[in-house]
Amino acid sequence: MLLRIVPDNTHIKFMWLRKVSFPLSILLVIASLAGFFLVGLNYGIDFKGGTIIEIKTDGPADIGAIRSELSSLNLGDVQVQEFGEPDDILIRVEEQPGGELAQQSVVSRVRTIFEGQNVDFRRVEVVGPRVSGELAQAGAIAVAAALLAILFYIWFRFEWQFAVGAILTTANDVVITVGLFVLLQLDFSLSSIAAVLTIIGYSLNDTVVVYDRIRENLRKYKKRPLTEVLDLSINETLSRTTMTSLTTLLALVALYVFGGEVIQSFTLAMIFGIVIGTYSSIFLAAPFLILFNLRADAMDPKDDGEKDSDSKATA
Amino acid sequence: MLYFARWKIALIVLVVAAGILTTLPNFFSAKQLESWPDFLPKNQMVLGLDLQGGAYLLYEVDKQDYIQKRMKALVSDIRTTLREEPRIGYTGLGVQGEAAQVRIRDLTRLADAEERLQPLVNPLVSNLFGGQPVNEFEMTASDDGLIRFSYTEQGLEDRMAAIVQQSIEVIRRRVDEIGTTEPNIQRQGTDRILVEAPGENDPERLKDLVGQTAQLTFHMVDTSMSGEQALQNRPPAGTVVMMSVDDPPFPYLLEETPLLSGEDLVDAQVTFDQRTNEPVVNFRFNQSGARKFAQITQQNVNRPFAIVLDDEVISAPVIREPITGGSGQISGNFTVEGANDLAVLLRAGALPAKLTVIEERSIGPGLGADSIEAGKLASIIGGALVIVFMILAYGRFGIIADIALMANVFLIFGALTVLQATLTLPGIAGIVLTIGMAVDANVLIFERIREEARAGRSAVSAIDAGYSRALGTILDANITTLIAAVILFQLGSGPVRGFAVTLAIGIFTTVFSAFTFSRLLVALWVRRRRPSKLPI
Repeated sequence: MLLRIVPDNTHIKFMWLRKVSFPLSILLVIASLAGFFLVGLNYGIDFKGGTIIEIKTDGPADIGAIRSELSSLNLGDVQVQEFGEPDDILIRVEEQPGGELAQQSVVSRVRTIFEGQNVDFRRVEVVGPRVSGELAQAGAIAVAAALLAILFYIWFRFEWQFAVGAILTTANDVVITVGLFVLLQLDFSLSSIAAVLTIIGYSLNDTVVVYDRIRENLRKYKKRPLTEVLDLSINETLSRTTMTSLTTLLALVALYVFGGEVIQSFTLAMIFGIVIGTYSSIFLAAPFLILFNLRADAMDPKDDGEKDSDSKATA
Repeated sequence: MLYFARWKIALIVLVVAAGILTTLPNFFSAKQLESWPDFLPKNQMVLGLDLQGGAYLLYEVDKQDYIQKRMKALVSDIRTTLREEPRIGYTGLGVQGEAAQVRIRDLTRLADAEERLQPLVNPLVSNLFGGQPVNEFEMTASDDGLIRFSYTEQGLEDRMAAIVQQSIEVIRRRVDEIGTTEPNIQRQGTDRILVEAPGENDPERLKDLVGQTAQLTFHMVDTSMSGEQALQNRPPAGTVVMMSVDDPPFPYLLEETPLLSGEDLVDAQVTFDQRTNEPVVNFRFNQSGARKFAQITQQNVNRPFAIVLDDEVISAPVIREPITGGSGQISGNFTVEGANDLAVLLRAGALPAKLTVIEERSIGPGLGADSIEAGKLASIIGGALVIVFMILAYGRFGIIADIALMANVFLIFGALTVLQATLTLPGIAGIVLTIGMAVDANVLIFERIREEARAGRSAVSAIDAGYSRALGTILDANITTLIAAVILFQLGSGPVRGFAVTLAIGIFTTVFSAFTFSRLLVALWVRRRRPSKLPI
């Protein structure tokens, strides 16, 4: 017998659940925004400037000793942590006052304390104040531009209610994922932006599949009330939604466990984003359409006869 | 949907075969590939710095430093011009902020001075579109006799472009000389230079080589007082104190204007001093340089002169006898590598302006190798989990989806290899994500087939309807992801770009393998078995 995650004749009244899912999402979004503005993200050097040095020591490293030696260098805030293995150490040094040149001296000064020891400098990353500002800007623009471009695409393919619904759903996912970054104080770097954009892509992918079915069913069952059509559509796509989430999660969990320390926060964000994305495409995306008064006959070309181009686009 | 013309079948099989064939070289070492026949593809994937190890350095031209230097030169030009007969009296000549200025004493001669200084604004030749001629500097004169020169926007932009261009050439010459890696050196924006050296395992040395201005100058040492004295008091006019490279540094009092500079050098080589057996750098001047050098050494026998690199004194030997052969020697407690690097710098020439590192990322080869291993392991385990899961969920159709998935992975790697796109660590994550999402298209189709079958369709008709109805959804879903990938590529840099590339390639290969290729497999199966009931 083949595995069925969702039994064949599932009929869950999802639309009714919006009474739970809407307040829950609003709560999470507010909490995330509050965290973002009050606590703030743990920005990595990509956006804050500074230095990261990863070293491999001969045998387990004495973190305490390294920490106290580093603090004698007067480099401001210095963090030393184990990175995956006891002989793998990650050193973060905050951005130094005094412009671009000041950052460069950090590496050479840190090198001096390991002189004579068998230490392998596995990774050195230095981002100066100018670049970090630009990267932050580019990252913000990337997220905004992606949302906007997708908004237009969906608007072009569907009715405006769908476009707004898709953007709200996606924005919900993005904000809550950012909330996770705040909560766990994960390093927010360039690859986190990549993770956020992937979540946008994935969440929309999910939402679009649901919307596609809604559009189809709205044409098929013109007489049925909207709530019923929406419920039917979600139930019909539920099996696919969960299957795809599961396979994607399987791959991502493998990456999280075996993919190495460097991309772990990247994968963690994606795993979380996919869970949230799945949740939102089931519990938020469709109910939004009720909120915006999508009429059951919105798909009927006769109704907007004067707007010929519109009906062609949606037909 | 289930009928395929022969040529279509051939084409689909050909695409998959091409994917496998172009991926294959990645499994072999470069040495093994040499023995392959010529008609087989031999290109291997390009690994990003994070996987291969290497250095990424972003430099910016130090604008302020350059403007200061240029203005100083302008000041000396103004001085010479105003001193030409008949002299024009002036005062307060110097650099003020980002401008050079001078005050003409006799206001009746202001117009005269303006006319004389006018050529110094230095018209730019690059004015392609006619229109108003553009100058490097803007000259303004006020009624009280003050004349100011400052950069025009266009002038500064032009200068920066020229400096970046020139610097790139110098850096290329330098890096080519050490010859260990094949770096990518390119201009970024208006005043930045990116140096990427994959596989470079000594980024510190690369940085030393690339970032040094390497301006070599020769100065006479002023013996009227010692360096320490000059440091404590004020150095006499026309002289300057420079520190030596020794540890601790030692101050020298030097004449400010250099006698000669590195521009007159034609060659520099490392040799060993016959007496001390220490490495030294032998240099040779061009004709005019040799003549000047001969003249200077003749006039200054038994006086010390200093060899200065970027405002640091390397050595200050005493001239024992006139040197007329046009060659000389720099000795200064070098290591062999240090002497070698200096020779390289001198041969490649000085940078036209100071460069500052504004972003640096270097990854050791060990970390890169570890990342590749981790990525491989994660991909294999992730892939295996998905494969097993699909068989559990869809049985025979799951196997078809799995074959399509493997074809997909080959196509991604093949495309990456053919396009010579860079594979980065986030790129590997992109591939793993694609593996997870690739089956989405198949899931969409199979779920649709199940539905159609439940609605009472026959097996073949349900399959047909499943594929055709799922297509629109598959396209919509993938186009939205593609939009995100394209924007990522446009706005991202380095590793993020690598991620965007694999994501975008993955979308195309996914639509092909999960929709077209799997449909062919299903069609072939249907044609052979003629099923009346669906095994799904």
